[in-house]
Amino acid sequence: MNPMEEMRREEEKLLRTDRLPHVWCPGCGIGITLNAFLRAFIRSKMDPNKLVVVSGIGCTGRAAGYVNVDSFHTTHGRGIPFAVGIKFARPDLNVVVFSGDGDLFAIGGNHFVNAARRNHDLLIIAVNNFTYGMTGGQHGPTTPTGAYTTTTPYGNPDRPFNIPHLAISLGAPYVARWTTYHVNQLQNSIYHALHKKGFRVIEVISQCPTVYGRRNDMKTPLEMMHYFQKNSVRKDDASFEELELKYNGKIVVGVFRDIQGIPTYEERYEDIIRRARK
Amino acid sequence: MKPGYYFWSGDIAAAEGAIAAGCRFYAGYPITPSSEIAERMALRLPQEGGKFIEMEDEIGSIAAIIGASWTGEKVMTATAGPGISLMNENIGLAAMTEVPIVVVNAMRGAPSTGLPTLIGQGDLMQAKWGSHGSYEIISLYPDSVQETFDLMIDAFNYAEKYRVPVMFLIDAMLAHMYEKIYVPPEDEIVRIERKRPTTPPEETLIYKADDDLIPPMPRIGEGYKIHASGLTHNEKGYPELTPQAQEKLVRRLNDKIRKHAEEIWKVEEYKTEDADVIVVAMGSESRSVRLAVDLARREGIKAGMLRLITIWPFPYKFIEKYNVPYIVAEINYGQIYHKVREYTQDVELLPKMGGEIHKPDEVLRAIRRMVQ
Ligand SMILES: Cc1ncc(C[n+]2csc(CCOP(=O)(O)OP(=O)(O)O)c2C)c(N)n1
Ligand code: SF4
Ligand SMILES: [Mg+2]
Repeated sequence: MNPMEEMRREEEKLLRTDRLPHVWCPGCGIGITLNAFLRAFIRSKMDPNKLVVVSGIGCTGRAAGYVNVDSFHTTHGRGIPFAVGIKFARPDLNVVVFSGDGDLFAIGGNHFVNAARRNHDLLIIAVNNFTYGMTGGQHGPTTPTGAYTTTTPYGNPDRPFNIPHLAISLGAPYVARWTTYHVNQLQNSIYHALHKKGFRVIEVISQCPTVYGRRNDMKTPLEMMHYFQKNSVRKDDASFEELELKYNGKIVVGVFRDIQGIPTYEERYEDIIRRARK
Repeated sequence: MKPGYYFWSGDIAAAEGAIAAGCRFYAGYPITPSSEIAERMALRLPQEGGKFIEMEDEIGSIAAIIGASWTGEKVMTATAGPGISLMNENIGLAAMTEVPIVVVNAMRGAPSTGLPTLIGQGDLMQAKWGSHGSYEIISLYPDSVQETFDLMIDAFNYAEKYRVPVMFLIDAMLAHMYEKIYVPPEDEIVRIERKRPTTPPEETLIYKADDDLIPPMPRIGEGYKIHASGLTHNEKGYPELTPQAQEKLVRRLNDKIRKHAEEIWKVEEYKTEDADVIVVAMGSESRSVRLAVDLARREGIKAGMLRLITIWPFPYKFIEKYNVPYIVAEINYGQIYHKVREYTQDVELLPKMGGEIHKPDEVLRAIRRMVQ
């Protein structure tokens, strides 16, 4: 069997193929991101029975419904605290939160901030498509200033989150950003992050041609991919300003933080149990 | 805890009762008058090898305990009015995905921030109807520190047995009141564990219910490839967004509690046998009502009290059983009164807006009025 074919078979084992076809639009970037995650996981040879995927609500949130492992589709914004409960109760599990930008940073923003601060041992894959895809393309906490959405018909007056900068400021030990054009880098980054500990954040800039692209001069998935291709630059030591995403502007990608040795919440609590039992 | 006598508040008894029931995971956010439960859990859980975490808010707290419950742990959170209001969306998630959790609500004067340190009973309806949709939960409400401890063990057993959220109600008075309490020896504590699948993962539909309408619950990490979603789902746990799937699932979620209601009902019938008038009361309020009943009897009025310990599912058969006038004494402007009225026309409300329980005299006057 050729390696491509073998990878495909391995991937099928990790997918609930009896649920296909999926709900995502043709050309949506969520599938590319999920694919990168599955491939990275297969390469890691980690035990799928110890993998748990948790999502909130949204187009991205549907990812938990397609992975053939213990998987939870929770409530909007609550994927992170739900995952905190799992990980804290069973630190031997490998817990991944796979969710959208609105879910993780608007309604769930408080959980993101505090879970990062406590350094829970979780891998966060944040699909940033600049919008609330599921509800029809309203603006959200990552919509660039000036962008057109169904709730910013005259352009977005709001200012988006700088997600890598936010995560770094909270002490997250691994912080990266890629786009769905960077499939290999994304896959490698997830692979790498799977082997690390602590609150790891990977932002994936992803195309939502259906409700975002078409209102912002990128009607097709291909046009969005071209935008990612032409405007992305890798810069691991990018400054705060460089990491900001401007409307149809440059996208700085890379691994902005990758450090070791910060104890996780789960590790620190082991010490609490020891002290309490003395 | 070692068996023996202790002098505890309702909050401490709630925490210790949970630990005695096997609870080893607590996530919470402080709020008066429930904070001492969190403090006790922070102290005691790690001693028992359990886990305590103070979350960023009540929404995170309840999400965390639902996640932890899937690992097989017995889990709890505790809060009061404002926190319960925040938790409600996820109480619906736990009901829909059938996750055993225990949520303590130490009721205080409400609405809104209300009377943080003083009693209220304004959350009795919310306990059942707080989240959107038609669903059943179980709600219990003790009236003493001893009963708080004992009933908490039942609360966990019900949550585990029926795979349902249990809303454990106490009130500000009970939460902060100290009483002597007896902790029984280990071998006298009956613990029920949730059913687990007996078939291997390949042959298991994780949401296929047994004849008792309750599906066995797998644990994360054992290969069952659990999928749980708040979306309407089929026996595989997969979303199935059809009226047929909705009918099947939501009907079962309700029926699994309704059909077992009589096993869940706990009601104290105090001097009701020969009663000419019965006062319905709950929690701390019943302590005053009990005295009023005794005072009425001294005057020759045959009064009695039905003390609802199970609030939900509503123990309506106890109301139907007596063909006498009823008074419902509660610290709100009419909640359980409406439930009682479903089963009898002859009922009067004795309300109090909050902050204190009725004085025995006030109840006695209502009793006198009723028999005149
Ligand atoms: C409490 C609550 N509020 C609102 C919604 C409606 N809603 C569903 S998905 C969504 C936004 C999802 O956006 P995002 O997380 O960016 O995911 P995407 O669909 O873009 O992948 C909203 C607002 C909801 N399900 N629950
Ligand atoms: S609406 Fe957008 S994000 Fe949602 S599936 Fe379609 S393309 Fe993807
Ligand atoms: Mg989005």
